[in-house]
Amino acid sequence: MADTSEAPRLTFRSYKSDYKPVWCPGCGDFSVLNSILKALTELQVKPEDTAIISGIGCSSRIPAYTSVYGFHGVHGRALALASGLKLARPDLTVLATGGDGDGFSIGGNHFMHACRRNVDMTYIVMDNQVYGMTKGQASPTTAPEWEGSKLTPQGTGINPFQPLAIALAAGANFIGRGFAADQNGVAKLITEGVRHPGFSFIQVLSPCVTFRPEQRDWRDIVRPAPVEPTSNLSTAGKRLMGDDGFNTGVLFIGNRPSYVAESGGGTDLAEIEKSFAL
Amino acid sequence: MTKNNTLTDTVSIALTGSGGAGVVTAGQMLVQAAANAGCYGLMVRSSGPQIRGGESAAYVRLGSDQVDNLGDAFDIMFAVDWLNVERFIAEIPLSENSLVICDAEAGDVPDVITATGAKIAALPLQKTAAETKGGRPNMVGLGILAALIGIADEAVEGTLEKVLGRKGSEAMASSRDCVHAGRELARDISQDGVTLQAQDNDAERWTITGNEMAGLGALRGGVRFVAAYPITPATEVLEWLAPNLAKVGGSLVQAEDELASINMAIGGSFGGIPSLTATSGPGLALMMESFGLALASETPVVIINVMRGGPSTGIPTKSEQSDLNIAVYGMHGDAPHITTAATSVSDCLFTTQWTVHLAEALQCPAIVLTDQSLGQTRAIVNKPADLAFIAKRETMAEGTENYRRYAVTASGVSPMSIPGMADGTYVADGLEHNPRGTPTSQAEDHSDQLDKRQRKLDTYDFGDHWAEILGDGETAIVTWGSCTGPAREACEQAAADGLDVKLISLRLLAPAQTDRFQEAIKGVKRMLVVEQTHSQQFYKYLRAHYDLPDDVKVFNQPGPLPVRPGLVHEQLKSWS
Repeated sequence: MADTSEAPRLTFRSYKSDYKPVWCPGCGDFSVLNSILKALTELQVKPEDTAIISGIGCSSRIPAYTSVYGFHGVHGRALALASGLKLARPDLTVLATGGDGDGFSIGGNHFMHACRRNVDMTYIVMDNQVYGMTKGQASPTTAPEWEGSKLTPQGTGINPFQPLAIALAAGANFIGRGFAADQNGVAKLITEGVRHPGFSFIQVLSPCVTFRPEQRDWRDIVRPAPVEPTSNLSTAGKRLMGDDGFNTGVLFIGNRPSYVAESGGGTDLAEIEKSFAL
Repeated sequence: MTKNNTLTDTVSIALTGSGGAGVVTAGQMLVQAAANAGCYGLMVRSSGPQIRGGESAAYVRLGSDQVDNLGDAFDIMFAVDWLNVERFIAEIPLSENSLVICDAEAGDVPDVITATGAKIAALPLQKTAAETKGGRPNMVGLGILAALIGIADEAVEGTLEKVLGRKGSEAMASSRDCVHAGRELARDISQDGVTLQAQDNDAERWTITGNEMAGLGALRGGVRFVAAYPITPATEVLEWLAPNLAKVGGSLVQAEDELASINMAIGGSFGGIPSLTATSGPGLALMMESFGLALASETPVVIINVMRGGPSTGIPTKSEQSDLNIAVYGMHGDAPHITTAATSVSDCLFTTQWTVHLAEALQCPAIVLTDQSLGQTRAIVNKPADLAFIAKRETMAEGTENYRRYAVTASGVSPMSIPGMADGTYVADGLEHNPRGTPTSQAEDHSDQLDKRQRKLDTYDFGDHWAEILGDGETAIVTWGSCTGPAREACEQAAADGLDVKLISLRLLAPAQTDRFQEAIKGVKRMLVVEQTHSQQFYKYLRAHYDLPDDVKVFNQPGPLPVRPGLVHEQLKSWS
């Protein structure tokens, strides 16, 4: 690795690719992309030492819109792939991105276990409470009475998934919530999440103007959480279970050490093979 | 008196007993003692689904040369008791030439045993063991068996020290006394043709299982990252790798499921570290979607699949070759990839190491097929030679401008950039992409990339390792995997009848090696296909990819019973 102190400062453009996103005009994900690029600029990580891993869905297209390394994998498995990358290559800065369907439904098991495992990486979920790419079905965070989907015309009737509370219970080491339109606020959350050791989870409320146009109103509802971040699990638990889903900011900062895969080295393979000798 | 097995200098012994009888320990010690006497051998452990305890059996075959498989029948069966013997008896062929040693106080000899016509020697096993403080009948049995097959006391003594030494002098003494008492009991009985000739053997020999061999093959091949989810009968591959990977500077992570383990391995490989996971049928099924991701994104990764009885949960503890179809055809889309199969316990090392090399060289995911009977068999083998196959991935040249990850090349392999390389950033994608990696749905891009991924496999020279070919003749056996050993022995049996049989065992199942196969069967007029499946998966695979002679016979048998040499020999005999 070259000495970064000598290198010229990297700019927003250093992290941006020239691809035009596939998203609908007005999609919250444009803002989140900008926030990620701003955060990377703030962090000054080299693009070649950074990777963004995603699954499938509208927001999972993000890696291609950056100039860092990326992996656009299969539906729901971004966290597993990202964990493998970070464990095999601890020198890299690893982010995982995706949507609420990808992360909490098909990828729900990996979400829990990524929180538990606490590998040093940052997971950004653009939550719009809908499957956009498949044209508007209810996701795990959709309200039970939402009747906008042909698949569940009477609504799902199922309580929404509580991603932050679940992340806390499962062991995430940093939990935050942002609102897409607040680009600087989200960028700050991401920057802090990356800097904080262990698994950082950031939920970004990112309106889907096509299938959930009513989410345009979120801008009038979201508010900075009226409290300071806590590292107390019980306080955070009460806070997350009690809020209405629109309090933004850092909501929990844990102090667990990051998980690293054991790797000592230094033994010759021939030495290991001696254990098989008669 | 005729021998039970045609390989003139092998001895086959089955040890059975209820939970806690220690027959597996006795079997292991018997193999170890034979090894101390300069011989070779293997032990197949058979158990039910119980987690701990319950009935178990150990099938031992010893010889003056390497032994790759169980024989046709057992020369000796040693039964500590008769509890649940009916669960194993189908796995223990006996004849009137067999000797069954049992406890005189264990009750009537079951009809299934007497019906075989085997000689019965009822000895005071429990009573003799009880005469020694802490004595156990399995150690009495070890003494009887060692005496019958002619293993000297010092060879057994060395084993006792190795296995029981750390348990203290009392355990050692009582076991030693039991072994000696067993030798005394053996004076009253005899069995012809079971004397194992002690060898003056200075070859460097190992005691190792197929699963350990596969793990070692991965390490030798350069694998340094493994993601693991436990599953019978593959877990030992992962458990062996966990501490040993760390020792050589690699690492292993336990995943939450197989969907995660394969993706973690893909992530590690994307990071430039040769990566692997091991599983069995149900896990392989879960991994297939992401295996396709590795293929489309051209990220090398290796899955060691230790086959067990299927479908579904099937028979987790017993062997079968029925994952052939999923390993070769299990992906959606046109998905050319590598599938290999180990042909013996020792070959688990070679095939795994070679496969790691292939996967890395071709930037292509690969499946290594072994099975329970290879993976969980412990064998005495000569130390495998060091191989030249080391993971070597073609990476982006420094200073490359306008890097295109999926550039269409003559070989189909495109130099890969690895995170950390400046000017090489790209997005690996399971979406069809153009050479730069940009998602595309254009017909031309799709066909270019399909062609390129196919071309990698079509133009690569896999060399002579695609198959093991032995002998010559107008009759050929074509087989694969753990059927190779029994098939080879059947060829020897046929040779004794005066029939020359060529043996072709495929190590490379995909991509099919059409020219090499057709060359190999030139002059072959009759072909016997041997496989351990119910639906003739291997035969159908051969029909799909190769031109076969008109006269083809298929011997297929599902698990859990092993394919025995004599059964294959019968097929050859009934042909002529």
